[in-house]
Amino acid sequence: MQITVTVNGEQHTREVEPRLLLIHFLRDELGLTGSHWGCDTSNCGACVVSLSGAPVKACTVLAAMAHGREVRTVEGLAHGDELDPVQQGFVACHGLQCGFCTPGMMMTSRWLLDRNPDPSEAEIREAISGQICRCTGYENIVRSVRWAAEHEGGARAAGETAPAEEATA
Amino acid sequence: MQVPAHVEYERASSVDHALELLARSGSEARVVAGGHSLIPMMKLRLAQPEVLIDINDLTELAYLRLEEGELCVGALTRHADLLASALVAEHFPIFRDAERVIADPIVRNWGTVGGSLCQADPSEDLSAAFAAVRATAVIQGPGGRRTVPVREFHLGPYETVVADGELLVELRVPIRPGGSSAYEKVERRAGDWPVAAAGAAVWLGENGDPTVRDVGIGLTAVGAEHFVAADAEEFLRGKAATGENFAEAGTIAAAGCNPTADQRGPADYKRHLVAELTARALRRATARAQGRQS
Repeated sequence: MQITVTVNGEQHTREVEPRLLLIHFLRDELGLTGSHWGCDTSNCGACVVSLSGAPVKACTVLAAMAHGREVRTVEGLAHGDELDPVQQGFVACHGLQCGFCTPGMMMTSRWLLDRNPDPSEAEIREAISGQICRCTGYENIVRSVRWAAEHEGGARAAGETAPAEEATA
Repeated sequence: MQVPAHVEYERASSVDHALELLARSGSEARVVAGGHSLIPMMKLRLAQPEVLIDINDLTELAYLRLEEGELCVGALTRHADLLASALVAEHFPIFRDAERVIADPIVRNWGTVGGSLCQADPSEDLSAAFAAVRATAVIQGPGGRRTVPVREFHLGPYETVVADGELLVELRVPIRPGGSSAYEKVERRAGDWPVAAAGAAVWLGENGDPTVRDVGIGLTAVGAEHFVAADAEEFLRGKAATGENFAEAGTIAAAGCNPTADQRGPADYKRHLVAELTARALRRATARAQGRQS
């Protein structure tokens, strides 16, 4: 079947099998390997991308289900040459070691900050509770998101703002 | 790498269109919404539909509203929306309690209420919650709509009364005065399926009368028939809302369920949890009904 998906603002049309998972569509069909393919069971969250404005686990969504919808991946997080404050926070606070969970963590963090610009530590931990990191013990990830919350504004004002969230209901 | 077997895909544009597609595909079709239970089962070949009918565009089924004294929950309501709803929290805090411990925020963004019930996993949380509050399921087919009490909705593991060609469209929960509800779950780690869980709804007498006029107790993951602890409900009805009676109701609920040993624990541990969680849920629901707790 033919599907058209808008990924990071660009429309892509491909002939796919209906059983193709969104994560493989992004990685294998579009070459966007920033989103990682981890546990394959919607537990680890390495594959988290934004679908219609909300983060989802792309190993458990069919590419066909994204037809006509907007997907945003970690490749679409920066604003031109300027990293998103979330990305800057992960750099500044050592929010990663091996980096496998990082793209998903950053997509969820961006979603959190778009809805709640000043999240508490507990709110950050709740937001990322469906994602597993085996390096940081989460401490530095939480710090990174807090850093982004505190430095939001400068980078956002210079670049474009995140796409408006579509209703997910 | 886990991928589903070959499958056809159709996207429904309206409820009528979904029913048309279902009629055309017969018993080989499965409806997919969030897909967070169905797609993993398809990867493992535990489910092998020939056609998937995607209902994610049926926004007319995504709503939470009050209508004629009932809370109406559209089948395509996402878990995240049930959790966030002030309306739901005001009338049935059991759903807020349960949603907080269903999977994780990312899964809750996409998974749906109707999907959870239709998947009919024997460890599913909302099935117990809807059973506790005595909800009614509204099912639409080619001949129109019919209603089924949630307590008669499940025929067994992964089996419901929703027939070929039909679609679950709504859950309705009657709002009665003097009542509140709560949900208690033990899980091995955040977001996991329950080892055991209990939901309770209590309706007390008027003007501070602490008599349990009516009560609903839902259990999940412990082999309770229709997710209900009927004997414990029977025991409590008309009795005083006291800790002793709630503890006794818990004991009766534990005796009446049928847990099996698995990687989440031995059967006697699960029975112990049922007794304790039932009593806790009853206490919390009562505290809320009396305005002592939110």
